[in-house]
Amino acid sequence: MIKNPYFRERIAFTLLFIATAIVVLPVICILFFIVKEGWHAISWEFLSQMPRKGMREGGIFPAIVGTLYLVFGTLVFALPLGILSAIYLSEYAKDNFLTRMVKLAIINLAGVPSVVYGLFGLGIFVVFLKFGSSLLAGSMTLAIMVLPIIITTTREALDSVPQSFRQVSYSLGVSKWDTIRHVVLPHALPGILTGMILAVSRAAGETAPILFTVAAFYLPRLPKSIFDQAMALPYHLYVISTQVPNIKLEVRYGTALVLLMIVLSLNLIAIIVRAHFRKKRKW
Amino acid sequence: MVKTVKVQALDLNVRYGTHEVLKALSLEVYGNEILSIIGPSNSGKTTFLRCLNRFNDMYASFHFKGTLTVNGVNIYSDIDVEKLRKKVGMVFALPTVLPMTVLENVAYGLRRHGIKDKNKIAEAVERSLQAAYLWDEVKDRLGEHGMKLSGGQQQRLCLARTLAVDPEIILYDEPCSALDPISTAKIEEAMVRFKEKYTQILVTNNTKQAARVADRTAFFLMGQLVEVDDTRKLFTSPSDRRTDDYISGRFG
Amino acid sequence: MQKSFSQKRLQEWIIERCIYMSGIASIIFVCLIFLFLAKEGFSLFKNISIFDFLLGQKWYPISTPPFFGILSLIVGSLYVTLGATVIAVPIGIASAVYISEVAPPRVREILKSGIEVLAAIPSVVLGFIGMMTLVPWVKNTFHLSTGLTAFSGALMLGFMAMPTIVSIAEDALNAVPKRYKEAALALGATRWQSIWRVILPAASSGIVAAVMLGIGRVIGETMAVMMITGNAARIPDNIFQPVRTLTATVAAEMGETVRGSDHYYSLFAIGIVLFIITFCINLIADFAVHRKAK
Repeated sequence: MIKNPYFRERIAFTLLFIATAIVVLPVICILFFIVKEGWHAISWEFLSQMPRKGMREGGIFPAIVGTLYLVFGTLVFALPLGILSAIYLSEYAKDNFLTRMVKLAIINLAGVPSVVYGLFGLGIFVVFLKFGSSLLAGSMTLAIMVLPIIITTTREALDSVPQSFRQVSYSLGVSKWDTIRHVVLPHALPGILTGMILAVSRAAGETAPILFTVAAFYLPRLPKSIFDQAMALPYHLYVISTQVPNIKLEVRYGTALVLLMIVLSLNLIAIIVRAHFRKKRKW
Repeated sequence: MVKTVKVQALDLNVRYGTHEVLKALSLEVYGNEILSIIGPSNSGKTTFLRCLNRFNDMYASFHFKGTLTVNGVNIYSDIDVEKLRKKVGMVFALPTVLPMTVLENVAYGLRRHGIKDKNKIAEAVERSLQAAYLWDEVKDRLGEHGMKLSGGQQQRLCLARTLAVDPEIILYDEPCSALDPISTAKIEEAMVRFKEKYTQILVTNNTKQAARVADRTAFFLMGQLVEVDDTRKLFTSPSDRRTDDYISGRFG
Repeated sequence: MQKSFSQKRLQEWIIERCIYMSGIASIIFVCLIFLFLAKEGFSLFKNISIFDFLLGQKWYPISTPPFFGILSLIVGSLYVTLGATVIAVPIGIASAVYISEVAPPRVREILKSGIEVLAAIPSVVLGFIGMMTLVPWVKNTFHLSTGLTAFSGALMLGFMAMPTIVSIAEDALNAVPKRYKEAALALGATRWQSIWRVILPAASSGIVAAVMLGIGRVIGETMAVMMITGNAARIPDNIFQPVRTLTATVAAEMGETVRGSDHYYSLFAIGIVLFIITFCINLIADFAVHRKAK
């Protein structure tokens, strides 16, 4: 019986299935759990009011706004720089030793722990450039963190554009930039968009890089300028679940739910964009 | 008939790194003729063709020596490469339709060269598609994606796209190698008719095609020009033994 | 006409300059990250020898005299990472095989989106859920005084490493040419035999890369680990004791340091250690992928 290859195949496939279930089922459980425990807390008040009484009451409005500001700031810095750098590396840079090293370094930077980016942001933006703990420093830190993601995904998108498209364009006497602008970029756009949205969702959910570059423990008002500190959802969740005792569980779950919704809907948008363009592209 | 020299290559030496591809090659192309270049693979045909629109420039290891003139202008020193390529169009082996509509494919070059007038563009598109024998088949499908056309239609679309920017010289790099006989015949028909307007250079592995359309034929071997002559003469009584061997199929 | 042409040229020139400058700026940032970490981190070694730092067992950064030995932190990271790897690698590879080779197409899409969702959940949310569910469970099941242990951290991180391992391993499996599999099936092998004997060996270098990148993810993880491993900076006797990792130390202590103090510099030095470890792991992964390319 054991020697029968088909019986062995059955066993093997069952084990593989169980392994997959071990990975995927908890995800569903976690989502279900957070929604079940958190949705009581969600109300207009919770979303739109300042926290009160040491965060034990009131809402999480400044944390939501802080996260949105941070995401926006991150995009402002990382998006143009990342896309242009990717264009440089893929289309303009000569294929020499230095370029190869830079490409390798950028791919590897994507794997550097986020807390190390936090250290870097603290060292350069907060201390060296004297921005202090501020939205500016936090956004720039997050921007540097997502830069490798944006560069790598954009480069993949650019490299996936067939070389023959560029050749045709050149053969008609079209300049290099016009070729990039009118043939390469439109074709690479879905890939670039997906990368961008994933970078945003990463920036929205990260805690470690903002710990010492922007996040305020308890600041029941909105930031006044880019040199102001701000609350942020992920840090807020960390604070109320580990640093402040006697907080209603509901508030914690509610905060987790809001953060999760923001991050997951961003990812959903990325998936939809990708599917939309994949369907549209007929070849 | 007075022959004007359209393209003149004098003592071309081309190498990639240390690999010599063209050796002391001299060749003239006359106005309004079809010159075909035949020869076994790696004989330097395509490299020569790509010198004419400076398409080899993008390879870092490309080294060029010699004089190459178009209309008497040295194209490696005295002319802007984009202007040159506008004047010297190219049709590639595989039909490469840009990811846009049929109309936009043909209009692409015009738009990039700064023409915005809609009527002008529409007129040029129609003229080019008609010249490429494609207008009747696609006039109701101009808004469709270019990739939806059949392979033969795609290659004629590429031809129309090249014509639209109003070149003087058209280079063909084995334009029919991926096409069926009917599509091939259509392209060849167009080429013969183009003679009144354009100078054409055809690189082909298909010696019969060269015999069908070319006024003159050049035979390349290992980076050197073996001989160039009237097509009929070259195919019936070549002066070089190696040409005879090649066209009668004894090697290559 | 002539004028608009030269205007266009100017525009193009400006845009291309911008592209060059962005490229250079990115290169400079890459260098700056390393230089800044190095500058701040190496300031520590003016006062403390690098051996005392790496091999010292005592991490008492604010006592007098302070001790800056990170061996216990390294061991903490090692415990958690090893535990997570032991859990994540077999399960992760098995799910990758199931998703790419066994599951029917529709199920495959659902499973893949489930894994994408997991990858998207912020680590602080997973840390929070871990605190609420996993930690009490570990405490009760193993009758411990606290559930904040290396074991809890390893379980959670093993789970968090899954998306990396599964998606990269799956890519590697998909990249195996179909004709290999077809050849094996044509010779009368069962699907499982063709997976086990043909596809897995053919994808092995990609799977190595997947494992390495998964490990890199685990070592670098900060928030979840800080919230559920207990943060005790001492070398544990077994996996059911609290530990403190390199990342958690930096995250937990940086807020309270005095800028320019040895404590401040020591956290940057830990940053360098993390940077070097993850860089090496990524290089190995990269190397594995490139060997495949040949």
